Amino acid sequence: MSDFRRRHIGTTGDAQSLMLGSLGYSSLDELMDSAVPAAIRQESFLSRIPDAASERETIAELRAIANENAVGRNMIGLGYYDAVMPSVIKRNIFENPSWYTAYTPYQPEISQGRLEALITFQTMVCDLTGMGTANAGMLDEASAAAEAMLMARRVSDSDSMVFLVDAEAFPQTRAVLETRAAPIGVTLRYVDFAGGEAAAAVVDGAFGALIQNPGSCGRVRDIAADIAAVKGVGGVVVVASDLLALNLVVSPGSLGADIVLGSSQRFGVPLGFGGPHSAFFAVSEGLERQMPGRLIGVSRDADGRPAYRLTLQAREQHIRRDKATSNICTAQVLLAVLAAMYAVYHGPVGLRQIALNVAERAQRFARRAAAAGHDVVHAEFFDTVQIRVPGKAASLAASAHTAGLLIHVVDADIVQLSFDELSTGIATGILAGGDDPLIDPIFGLSPEALPTTDAVIGDTAIPALLVRTDDVLTHPVFNTHHSETSMMRFLKRLADKDFALDRGMIPLGSCTMKLNSATEMEAVTWREFGGMHPFAPASDVNGYLLLISQLEEWLTELTGYDTISLQPNAGSQGELAGLLAIRGYHLSRGDDHRDTCLIPSSAHGTNAASAVLAGMRVIVVACQENGDVDIDDLRAKIAEHGDRLAALMVTYPSTHGVYEHGIRAITDAVHDAGGQVYIDGANLNALLGFARYGDIGGDVSHLNLHKTFAIPHGGGGPGVGPVGAKAHLAPFLPGHPMAQATAHPAFDSTSGGAGAFVHGGGPVSAAPFGSPSILPISWAYVRMMGSDGLRHATASAVLSANYIAARLREHYPVLYAGENGLVAHECILDLRPLTAETGVTVDDVAKRLVDYGFHAPTMSFPVPGTLMVEPTESEDIDELDRFIEAMIGIKREADAVAAGEWPADDNPLVNAPHTAESLIAGEWNHAYSREVAAYPFRAIAANTVSGLFSRVDNLKYWPPVRRVDGAYGDRNLACACPDPSAFVD
Amino acid sequence: MSIPAELQYTSEHEWVRIEGDTAVVGITQYAADALGDIVYVDLPKVGKTIAAGSVVGEAESTKSVGELFAPCSGEIVEANQAVIDSPELVNSDPYGNGWLFSVRVSSLGELISADAYAALIAE
Repeated sequence: MSDFRRRHIGTTGDAQSLMLGSLGYSSLDELMDSAVPAAIRQESFLSRIPDAASERETIAELRAIANENAVGRNMIGLGYYDAVMPSVIKRNIFENPSWYTAYTPYQPEISQGRLEALITFQTMVCDLTGMGTANAGMLDEASAAAEAMLMARRVSDSDSMVFLVDAEAFPQTRAVLETRAAPIGVTLRYVDFAGGEAAAAVVDGAFGALIQNPGSCGRVRDIAADIAAVKGVGGVVVVASDLLALNLVVSPGSLGADIVLGSSQRFGVPLGFGGPHSAFFAVSEGLERQMPGRLIGVSRDADGRPAYRLTLQAREQHIRRDKATSNICTAQVLLAVLAAMYAVYHGPVGLRQIALNVAERAQRFARRAAAAGHDVVHAEFFDTVQIRVPGKAASLAASAHTAGLLIHVVDADIVQLSFDELSTGIATGILAGGDDPLIDPIFGLSPEALPTTDAVIGDTAIPALLVRTDDVLTHPVFNTHHSETSMMRFLKRLADKDFALDRGMIPLGSCTMKLNSATEMEAVTWREFGGMHPFAPASDVNGYLLLISQLEEWLTELTGYDTISLQPNAGSQGELAGLLAIRGYHLSRGDDHRDTCLIPSSAHGTNAASAVLAGMRVIVVACQENGDVDIDDLRAKIAEHGDRLAALMVTYPSTHGVYEHGIRAITDAVHDAGGQVYIDGANLNALLGFARYGDIGGDVSHLNLHKTFAIPHGGGGPGVGPVGAKAHLAPFLPGHPMAQATAHPAFDSTSGGAGAFVHGGGPVSAAPFGSPSILPISWAYVRMMGSDGLRHATASAVLSANYIAARLREHYPVLYAGENGLVAHECILDLRPLTAETGVTVDDVAKRLVDYGFHAPTMSFPVPGTLMVEPTESEDIDELDRFIEAMIGIKREADAVAAGEWPADDNPLVNAPHTAESLIAGEWNHAYSREVAAYPFRAIAANTVSGLFSRVDNLKYWPPVRRVDGAYGDRNLACACPDPSAFVD
Repeated sequence: MSIPAELQYTSEHEWVRIEGDTAVVGITQYAADALGDIVYVDLPKVGKTIAAGSVVGEAESTKSVGELFAPCSGEIVEANQAVIDSPELVNSDPYGNGWLFSVRVSSLGELISADAYAALIAE
C-alpha cells in the first residue's frame, strides 16, 4: 500500500477485517461484489492513471509543473488585479484547516465563527456599495452579473425581454451574459451609456440594464442620468463595480442602483489564473427576497442572545427547486472570508490609502506618459489607463511581455494598464525616485518627465464630482484589529467557535467530507499558481495547461467520458453547463422542440433549478417506496412528452444512497425516446474505480472535486464542478473567448499534441478554466492514490457506511438499501418513528449531537424527518464507533423522554445544545444533571464496554450559542454586523 | 386538530368563510402546522382580479414554501396587514386573526365541508 493511501484512508486493515466480519464478509472485494450491481461494473483497467506517488514525489512533480508557469507583472486588469494577502490572514485562515475544512453553515450553533466572518463581508459590501443588503458571496463576477439579469427579470414590472448591457462591461461578463440570456429568452442589447440627455434614448423598452463603473476601459463616469433613465422605463438597474474604487468613488447605491455586484478578489485574494474568488452582490431595500445566494442574518438563541444563521433559505434551490432564485449551492465562503478579513485588518483608513495609492500611481503614469508625448485616451479613471499607440499595440505588448510586464491589448491601436496594490508597493519608493524600472522603458518614460514628488500626492484622475465623501466601514469590527496581535486573536476566536474536520467527523450525507490532506493543499499558496492572471499569454501558462490536461485525462478515464471541462465553479454550474450542452446538441440537430427535462422526485433541488436556467421545463418522475426511480412512471412520462423530451437528470448512486438496479433500463428508455441522460455525480465517491457514468448510459455528468477529489469545502466553497461528456456533446461544452488553449486536453499524453476536442459552447464562468488555483489539490489526490488507491478508497467508504448502518439498524430504521441489504457510501436513518413515539425531532437529535461533539448528518434530505450519514473513507474506526455510540446514547435519551423519566419540554434533547454558560449561570433547575447535559458520553460510559470515552472528554466541543431561533431571524431580517451593545446583557 | 364546522374548505388546505358576496380566506391549522413557523406571507394586491384555482400568493416558513390558491374567482377586497406584519398569526390563530385575504366573489371554486376536509387530511 502506498504511503499516502494509509494516511488518507482512516480504517486500517485490522479495523476493516473487524468491520467486514460484523457485516458477514471476508474481504472488501466480496463486499463490493455484493453491493455494486454486476451489470454496471466496469471491466476496463484504468490505464491512464499513473501508479501512486509518495507525498514527497508529488510535491516535487508539482514544483516542476509550477516552474513551467511564468509569472509576470500583471497589469492586464479586466476584473483581476494583483493583491497582497496579509501574512496574518494567510497563516491563520488560508492555511488553517479550522477555516478551510468546515462545511456550509447549515448548523448555525457550530458555525458562529464563519457566520460572523460572512456577516462582516456583507456589512463591508453594503458599506462600500451603499446598498441595503448584501449576500454572502457569489461564484464569480460574470455569473453574478447573469444572476442579476435573472433577478431583474423577476422583479421588473416591464413585460420586455430585453436587457441592456454596457459596452464598458468586461468581455468575460458579456460572454457569460450571452450564454445565460439565450436559453431563457432574454435578448441582450449593447449600449454606450453616455449619460446626460443621451441616456433616455438608449433605454427604451428594456426590463433592466447592466452598467459597469469603473468601465472595462478604466473610465469613471457619472452614471446618475443613465440610472434615472433606466428606472424611468421601469427597468432594474444593475451596476458592476470595484470594491477598491468604491473607497474613493461615490457609491452606486447613492445614485439609485437596484443591484450592485463585482469581485472581491483584489481584497487580498490571489489571482490564481482566474479563481477561486468571491463575487459580491448587494440589493436595495425591499429586494432581499428576490436575491440569489446565501444570506447571513442575525437571530437569537434560546437564551435570547444574538446569534447568526443563514436566513431566508426558502428562496434557495433546496426548498424552492425549479422556482428558486438561483441554482447555486456551494459558493465561495472561504474567499469571502479572506476578503472580509482584509477589510477588517486594514480598516477604512488603510483601505482608502491602498485605493489612493493605486489611483495616484495610475494618474502619475498617465501624466508622465502624456508628458512624454503619448496619447492618453481617457482623462477620468481610477486605476486603469489607456494609451493610444496607432498600429503598435501588439508589438508594444509583446516587448512588454518580453520584459515580464503583462498589459492588455484593447485593439490594434490601444493598450491598457491596470495599477494595483503591488504597483503601489513598488511605487512608494518610486514616487521618491520617480521611476518604474519595468514600465518606463516600454513607454520611453524618463524620470524627468514629471516634476517633484509633492505634486503627485493626492493627485488622482477621479472627477471631483464623483469623489466619495461619506464615512464607510464605521462598525467597530473594521476599526479594532489593526495590530497583528489583535488580528491573530480575532481570527483564533472566530475559528474556535466552529466545528470543522480538525475537530471531528462531519458525517454529512451527499457531501463527502473526506480528508483534505496537507500535501494536497501545499501548492495552493505558491506564487507560480496564485500569481497567474487568467488572461496571461498562452506561453506563460504551460504549467497550468499541463496540470489541467493531466487532470482532464484522469477524470475522463475515471468517468468513462470522452472529454471534460474544468470551467464550472461549482456543481450547480456544472449542471447548468451540462444541460446547456444538451440544449445545444438538440438545437444543432433542429430539435428545437426538445425542451423537457425529467427529474425524479428524490433529486437534489439544484437539478430542477438548473434545468429552468437552461431553458427547460421540469417534469417530475415518481420514485418507488424503496427510493428507486419508478420505471413505469418514467416510461409513462416519456410517452406523454414524446418528442419534447430533452433529458433525464438522475443521480447515481441515487440520492437515497443506493445502487439502483434499473439504471441501465432507465438510461436506455431515455435514449430510445431521443433524450439525453444527465447523471449527477454528487455521489461519485461510491462508484469511483467500480463503475463509470459513461459506461452505464450517461451522456454528460458533473463531478464535484470538492467532494470526491479532496478539495476542501472551505465552509461553503470554493468548489469545482467539472462537466464530462461523450464526444457528441463536446462542441457544446463551455468554451471561453479568452482561453489560452481551445483543445481539450491542451496536451494529449497519447498523441503528444493537442487533444481532439474543442469546447464550442458559451462560457459559464468568468475565467477560461474556472478556479484553477485549487486544481493542484485534486491533481495531488489522484497522483498520490493511484487507480488502486482510488478503488480502495471507494470500497472503504462503502464499508464504513454499511458498518454504521448495520450497527445502528436496531436503534433506527435504515430507510433504503440495495442488493443484499447493503447501502452505498451513505445511509439514511429514519427518525420519524422516534418522533412519533417520543416527540423528539430530527432537529433535537442534530443539536444533541453537538453536545456529544459531532457535526450533525444531513437533515431531512432527501426524506423529511431523517438523517443521512456519510462517513467517507477517511474516518478511523474509533471515530465511527464514537459516532455510533453517540447515536445510541441519544436513542436512549429519547426513550427516557418517552418513558416519562424526563418531561417532554425539559430534557437534554429539546434543550440541546448546551453552552458552558447555560450550565453555570444561576440555579440548575432541569430534570437532568449538568453532567448529562455537557458530558453525555461520560454519563453513558457505564453502559458501554468501549474504552474510548476518556479520549472523548478531552475532545469536548463547547458551542458558543444555544439553539438558534430560525423563525425569529426570518421575521426580523437583519443582515449586517449588529452594534456591540446587542451582545451586552 | 381544529376544523371549525361553520367554514368551508378546499383540497389545497385553505378555509373560506362566506360573508354576503365576500369570501374571507385563510389556511387551515393542518397546513400551518405542516409548514412550520411561518415567517412571511405574500398576499395578492387589493383590486387584483383572481381566477379560482390560480396561485395568488405564498406562505413561507423557515423550511418550506406553500403556494396560496384562489378558492374562488373575483376581486381582492383586502389583504390582512396584521398577518403581513406578524406572519406568526397564521400559526397561532389560523381561523381568526391569521386570515389572509378577502375576495368579492364572482364565482366559487370547488369547496368541501368540514367533515369532508377532516376525511381528506386523515387519508
